[in-house]
Amino acid sequence: MATMLTRRLMFGLPLVVVAAGGVASYALLERMGRGTYNPQAFNNPLVGHKVPEFALPGHDGHAGFDQAAIMGQKRPLLVNFFASWCVPCVEEAPYLDAIAKSGLDIWGIAYQDKAAPLDLYLAKNGDPYRRLASDAEGRVAINWGVYGVPESFLIAPGGEVRWHTAGPLFPEIIEDQLKPALQRLT
Amino acid sequence: MKRLVVMALVGLGLALGIAAADTPTTIRRDGVVLTIPQEKRAEVIGDRLRCLVCQNETVENSQAGLAKQFRGIIRRRVVKGETNQQIVDFMVHRYGIFVLLKPPLIPLTWLLWFSPVIALALGLLVLLLARRRKQQGAPPLSPDERDRLKELLS
Repeated sequence: MATMLTRRLMFGLPLVVVAAGGVASYALLERMGRGTYNPQAFNNPLVGHKVPEFALPGHDGHAGFDQAAIMGQKRPLLVNFFASWCVPCVEEAPYLDAIAKSGLDIWGIAYQDKAAPLDLYLAKNGDPYRRLASDAEGRVAINWGVYGVPESFLIAPGGEVRWHTAGPLFPEIIEDQLKPALQRLT
Repeated sequence: MKRLVVMALVGLGLALGIAAADTPTTIRRDGVVLTIPQEKRAEVIGDRLRCLVCQNETVENSQAGLAKQFRGIIRRRVVKGETNQQIVDFMVHRYGIFVLLKPPLIPLTWLLWFSPVIALALGLLVLLLARRRKQQGAPPLSPDERDRLKELLS
């Protein structure tokens, strides 16, 4: 009868809602554990737009770059904001090396850094950067919507940002997000 | 008497001078020199913006380096004569609406803003349905049920 169905619904629906909430929370925690979900991350509005206007000097021995240099690129490009004082950047370094070896050019922007510790960092953790600019004050980073290091931007030939992540480029993020985004470019 | 008046005047002058020195017309904050009204305006703007490092603090309250930089940018733009809205727009353009502590009313946030109204409407609907059902009362007994009732009562 209708009343029986109503009673079953009244008993069962809250249980279903609680169970669904549990499954969703578990999924979030599991993805946080794997490093593919960052609860502090938010969408960078630069994605889908051309890189902003800027010009930065190179870190000694490296070529610096500006907006025009990025827009003139004929191949996809990964722009990586990092710093020698940043711990997650050290964790990210071996994976950046692997990305550089796989053929994707990486241009680095050292965020609020000094020459001496930066040289030490590159000697220790490897230098995957084809170009390396220095944003000593961090003003350019703000124009890119960067709020911490490391952050990476995948840029299409011509200078449009196609993908962005805040946080280290761990293998899961590279496989699940960066590689598919790169494939869509080529 | 004359000397007393002169001394009193000198004293008064000194007191006024000290009072004037105690209430400066400009202050220096986060590397920018600005007037008191300009600083007040900068604080109003900073209170509307989220520090993106410690995400539940305002730019005005946060000790994070990025928040300090934001405060500097806000103050430089206030001194330049930009309006509050121009400065907030500058930040939203770079960091999205997440940088606003109070989300704006746009199609993306309709569900967020109207959820109390929706919840109230759903509650009223449930209440209305429950009352209507009560008024209907129990359905009449079928002939079989009436016979069974008679049997049980006798």
